[in-house]
Amino acid sequence: MNKFIIEDLSIRYSDGAESLKNVSMQIPANAITVIFGPAGGGKSTLLRVLNRLNDLADVVHVSGKVQILDKNGNALDILHPQTDVTALRRRVSMVFARPIVLPMSIRENLTYGLKTAGERNKERLEEAVERSLKQAALWDEVKDRLDTPAAALSGGQQQRLCLARSLAMEPEVILLDEPTSGLDPISTNKVEASLQELKQNYTIVMAPHSVQQAARIADQAAFFLQGELIEYAPGRVIFLTPQDKRTEDYIEGRFG
Amino acid sequence: MMTRATLDRKLSQLLDEILILDSMVETATQEAIRALKQHDLEAARRIYRDDALINARRFELEKDCMITIATQQPIMATDLRLVASILEVVAELERMGDYAKGIARICLRIGNQPHIKPLIDIPRMGEIAVDMLHRAVGAFVARDAELARQIPKDDDQVDALYDQVYRELVMIMFKDPSTVDQANLLMWAAHNLERMADRVTNICERTIYVVTGEMQEIDISDDEIKPNNA
Repeated sequence: MNKFIIEDLSIRYSDGAESLKNVSMQIPANAITVIFGPAGGGKSTLLRVLNRLNDLADVVHVSGKVQILDKNGNALDILHPQTDVTALRRRVSMVFARPIVLPMSIRENLTYGLKTAGERNKERLEEAVERSLKQAALWDEVKDRLDTPAAALSGGQQQRLCLARSLAMEPEVILLDEPTSGLDPISTNKVEASLQELKQNYTIVMAPHSVQQAARIADQAAFFLQGELIEYAPGRVIFLTPQDKRTEDYIEGRFG
Repeated sequence: MMTRATLDRKLSQLLDEILILDSMVETATQEAIRALKQHDLEAARRIYRDDALINARRFELEKDCMITIATQQPIMATDLRLVASILEVVAELERMGDYAKGIARICLRIGNQPHIKPLIDIPRMGEIAVDMLHRAVGAFVARDAELARQIPKDDDQVDALYDQVYRELVMIMFKDPSTVDQANLLMWAAHNLERMADRVTNICERTIYVVTGEMQEIDISDDEIKPNNA
């Protein structure tokens, strides 16, 4: 089942740089889809389209269609001007490369969004804290110090806290833009392992921080080069037998 | 990001090493057949002993592959398929070296007894098999899938010669049971060469895999398996 249907999407920034050119692809639900390629290829732009973060960027031209489907197959037109962006972003959550923790306790970091959205029930808030920390593989490390400042956590823990904060809101989709770029291999491992668990219940779209990471975790992988979708295939196919020479050259480290 | 130049240099070194291993195997095979034909027991002893060099070289190459994997991480696409296939090809070459050693042993077992038949077809099998091997390793190193597809066709000639040798030896044994010992040994020599040509096909399959990513068995001949008395 598909989560997103992207049809002929083109985006151009005000500096004339065309960031996406006629991209059409379908992103499956309950799977990890990896968007990879050299810098400036359109990976982040595509991620940002999916929850309309591009509204804040200097975009002068957008054409094409992007839809998100719910469990029953009902489609919402993401780019439509009438679309409720706040509601969309509750469904489609984003974790950035640099962990941005709020200057509060670990617990408050997790309940902040829910409280803002009107949740006052203490039990439900506690339940969300524990569930989201467990899903992000952080619970065992912080359960005894939930009321200490989140800023005191290590980089890897902070990143997992950001992931947990997204999960606390129970979105349908998690977008991750190089979520492990600043992390050591052990923390990277933990984040990747939790993503593998999370895909049972969530749709994950990720720009990986390396081709190797892309190969490790991708169910589906899309190679972007200068705004074009060059190749889109299951990970087990694209990393062993890529069909396009440009994909092969990139994953073998000939450029990029 | 890996340094591409280092990896490229390592890969071409590995391919050079394969060419060396291949020429050792080719020479051992040719020499073993010559020794068999000419009752050259000294040469046979040397080939028998020198198989250890082929084995050592294979292990060296395998170790080199593992070091390349560990240090240069050729973990994608053609790089990965190539290194994995090199491991496979060196194993094939080493087994072919064992066949040459087997022929040398047969030569020693026959010793100075006169041959029960003139040795013509067995050397011919050897020539074709060695030629196939030479071209197959060339195709592998050059990553020439087209050439690799052609080579296994020649296996039919080797198989036909093997059948001929087999029939002939059976007739000889039939007529004169005192030839059974030597006939049996010659049958093994022919069998070794027949197997060698089969293994060449495996190398060709690897070449096609490296180039295209497709893992498929090459169907050499469509001959059906018939009962022996047919």
